[in-house]
Amino acid sequence: MEIQLNGSIVSISACNMDTLVHEQGLDPRSVVVEYNNKVIPQREWEKTILCQGDVVELLSFVGGG
Amino acid sequence: MNKNSGIQNTADPLSLGGQIFNSRLITGTGKFSSRSLIAPMLEASGSEMITVALRRVDAGAEKKNILSYIPENTTLLPNTSGARTAEEAVRIAHIAKAAGCGDFIKIEVITEMKYLMPDNYETLKATQILSREGFKVLPYIMPDLTIAHKLQDAGAAAVMPLGSPIGSNRGIKMEEIIRIIIEGIDLPVIVDAGIGRPSQAAHAMELGADAVLVNTAIATSSDPVQAGRAFAMAVAAGRMAFCAGMAGEKCQASASSPLTGFLRESA
Repeated sequence: MEIQLNGSIVSISACNMDTLVHEQGLDPRSVVVEYNNKVIPQREWEKTILCQGDVVELLSFVGGG
Repeated sequence: MNKNSGIQNTADPLSLGGQIFNSRLITGTGKFSSRSLIAPMLEASGSEMITVALRRVDAGAEKKNILSYIPENTTLLPNTSGARTAEEAVRIAHIAKAAGCGDFIKIEVITEMKYLMPDNYETLKATQILSREGFKVLPYIMPDLTIAHKLQDAGAAAVMPLGSPIGSNRGIKMEEIIRIIIEGIDLPVIVDAGIGRPSQAAHAMELGADAVLVNTAIATSSDPVQAGRAFAMAVAAGRMAFCAGMAGEKCQASASSPLTGFLRESA
């Protein structure tokens, strides 16, 4: 299945958001997930089933002024 | 003696978006050589509000979130850096709020990449939208009284005119316009960007600014903890001088001692 992940079309095997975040090797506590333009809290990642063509942004707070 | 005496003043607090701050120094999290310096810098400076930015995760980046380096009693001011349009700024604000950063948002929309001048038009549009939604909006602007009035009408919680370009350390080059904005609007004025030295922070406060935002100058100093303290003292001194009402400049001398000669009646 292909989704748009952080601006690139990628092929993924993960079927839900929780698996996707873990497969990316990310610390779940540090990631903000935007799924089809809506922020998904971590408690809802597991039940967020990914579908072909979904748009996912994995974001994080960084230093800035 | 309280560790914050002299740098926080409970008798002269800043009210921003309905929240009370005893420190008039807002700091930033960018450019620190080590993020573990952020907490001691906040402690030493008494700063109660700090900026953060939001970006796509980078596979090679440090895994720990910047928020984990910021003490919980600090108010977060997420910025919309990276936004090129009002729509992008609004989207970043929504994400920051949903991620638990609270209601404050610093609008920063920049399309000019040499001097990083803020786009006042897009900033105003974003402020109109986000203020209506209940955000406490702090727009970073090119100093201009007309836009400051429009931001006030749009419901901004403050205006943040730049002193000089971001990270330039050149001080309050926009002095005359900032003075006009301070005189002309009823919102807190926070001088943001370009403040490179404590004396420049004091300068902004002496003009009547309600607060300053300092990031680069503290973060890139050799000792950010000590620099934070120095900026805090300068901000407090400048504020105190403004409240005290400093005497004006004169072209000619004005004697501080009696003008009569030592043992003579006449000068």
